[in-house]
Amino acid sequence: MSQHLTFLPILLPMLAGVLLLLPPFGKNLALRRVGSVTFSVITFFASLVLLMKVQAEGIQIYAIGEWAAPFGIVLVADQLSTLLVSLTTLLGIVCALYACAGDDEKGSFFHPLIHFLILGVNGAFLTGDAFNLFVFFEVLLIASYSLLMHGSDKNTTRAALQYVIMNLVGSAIFLIALGILYGVLGTLNMADMAQKVPLLQGDDIYLAKIGGLLLLVVFALKGALLPLHLWLPNTYASAMPVVAALFAIMTKVGVYSMMRIYTLIFGEQAGELSHMAQNWLWWLAIATIIVGAIGVLASKDLRKLVANLVIISVGTLVALVAVQTVQSSAAAIFYLVHSTLVTAALFILADLIGRQRGDVVDQIRSGPPITQVRLLGCCFLIAGIAVIGMPPLSGFIGKVWLLKATLNSGYALVFWPVYLIASFAVLVSVAKAGSTIFWHQQDKVAVRAQENTVHPAQLAALIILIASAPIISIFAGPMSEYAIGAASQLHDFNNQINVILSGGL
Amino acid sequence: MELLYASCVGLLVSCGVFLILRSRTFPVVLGLTMFSYAVNLFLFSSGRLSLNKAAVLGYSSEYADPLPQALVLTAIVIGFAMTAFVVILAIRGRADLGTDNVDGQILDKKSHKKSDKKIKKNKKAKA
Repeated sequence: MSQHLTFLPILLPMLAGVLLLLPPFGKNLALRRVGSVTFSVITFFASLVLLMKVQAEGIQIYAIGEWAAPFGIVLVADQLSTLLVSLTTLLGIVCALYACAGDDEKGSFFHPLIHFLILGVNGAFLTGDAFNLFVFFEVLLIASYSLLMHGSDKNTTRAALQYVIMNLVGSAIFLIALGILYGVLGTLNMADMAQKVPLLQGDDIYLAKIGGLLLLVVFALKGALLPLHLWLPNTYASAMPVVAALFAIMTKVGVYSMMRIYTLIFGEQAGELSHMAQNWLWWLAIATIIVGAIGVLASKDLRKLVANLVIISVGTLVALVAVQTVQSSAAAIFYLVHSTLVTAALFILADLIGRQRGDVVDQIRSGPPITQVRLLGCCFLIAGIAVIGMPPLSGFIGKVWLLKATLNSGYALVFWPVYLIASFAVLVSVAKAGSTIFWHQQDKVAVRAQENTVHPAQLAALIILIASAPIISIFAGPMSEYAIGAASQLHDFNNQINVILSGGL
Repeated sequence: MELLYASCVGLLVSCGVFLILRSRTFPVVLGLTMFSYAVNLFLFSSGRLSLNKAAVLGYSSEYADPLPQALVLTAIVIGFAMTAFVVILAIRGRADLGTDNVDGQILDKKSHKKSDKKIKKNKKAKA
């Protein structure tokens, strides 16, 4: 059993998704809700066990069908990927719980789709094969298309149409890139590719460069990097907030793939191709932060604001990926966990606030008083402090760390002012949004006061996410040690390749 | 053969890109389909083009690379599912938005005139 542990974070959501479609769960809503939450908790614990095993015993390799590495498809569970898998499954629990309050009734198959999305994301994090990465991307994309359309109105259809077309073009480019790389390198196993890239000669180098840069286009699209970020604000703001909270992990899949490809395959060892994407990534990331900050300042409702916060966080992460040192990767890993949880919390909060304000919904202007103003206000305060990066909470630690990581490598001159001004913009607009929503209230009677109180399931989901910010800052020591461990594993080129190609023995 | 193959792929890609950049959903869907055909052909060629070689080991000294063929099969299946989805979505978009424009905006001269007429009628009714 324990040798199959690496596969469980992919297998369990798949089983859950299929079982939730079948009779005992498929017909009975209450049973389906219980089943969905239970399955997601089981998946979470399986990924936690895997995480501890990886921490104790090093990288775990799972050769599917026992076909050894360069020929068969392998799953690679190292510290980084298991951390992200645990993060995904935690978000899965939160979303399944939150949707139990009634969001899952707005369309069919909500719960199975969540599990299929988690299957795709986990697969993308764990796989060690480039084509398999494409397949898992498609799995998560098609689940995300359907989730986006779940309980939709007209605006959603428009956003979904654009999102789907963008991503279909992205998938086609992904395949072209893989075709070029396979034609040149003769392999699609990432570790094997990394070994063969330095051996390239003559024109093949340029072909491989084209392939690598086409991959960059694809990941920039998935991760919403500057010229390809335009789909994100509309999509995230028009999806149901609980779905948007789950989508918070999807841009991180793009960033994760960049980390893998451009530190492992086209990293330091890659001969003429080493660090080929670095300049692109760096300047695009800086521009993304600037555009995100402008977007945050210009947002008229809370969900748009949070969507633009996602763009800023993507820009920050990609900038750190471009620096390509162990310190910067560690900071990126820490910041990634923090920002995913906080943006998910903010999406959910925007939904809860919107429900208690009648027609004004989550627009940032004065409206009828909120029914549970203390509860939501406190949660908004905590999430706001975390996302701005003010002292006591996790955002501050992440911020200091990433500023420190860019200090040594001569990047500070550009990164510091841009990032600090961007976080000032975030501070201004989050503070403005909070004070307008919670303090500038019209004196009219609250709209349907009692009907709209927070459902216990929603409350539980919210508390899990909000509590993560103080918990991360309390356990910042072990967390940052883990992040440094994961980053050094990511940058330890020879060890990683040897382990993967020898089948983990 | 290489020239013919490459120009086929190139032609399909350029037609696909041209159609994807159009503003209405039907040409865009057609463009996506063409693009995915081109991609499938391209993937197939990444194992090098060869004649009369089976993708079976051990029967002859020369054999075709079986991996791109497997990749193309996967890509075809996935592309098929995605195309089906985008067709349904386009139909739904036409129903929901009242236009088959990708932006959801009504750009046609005719429909503009119609909406103008409606506005005028409304104004008259109000007056």
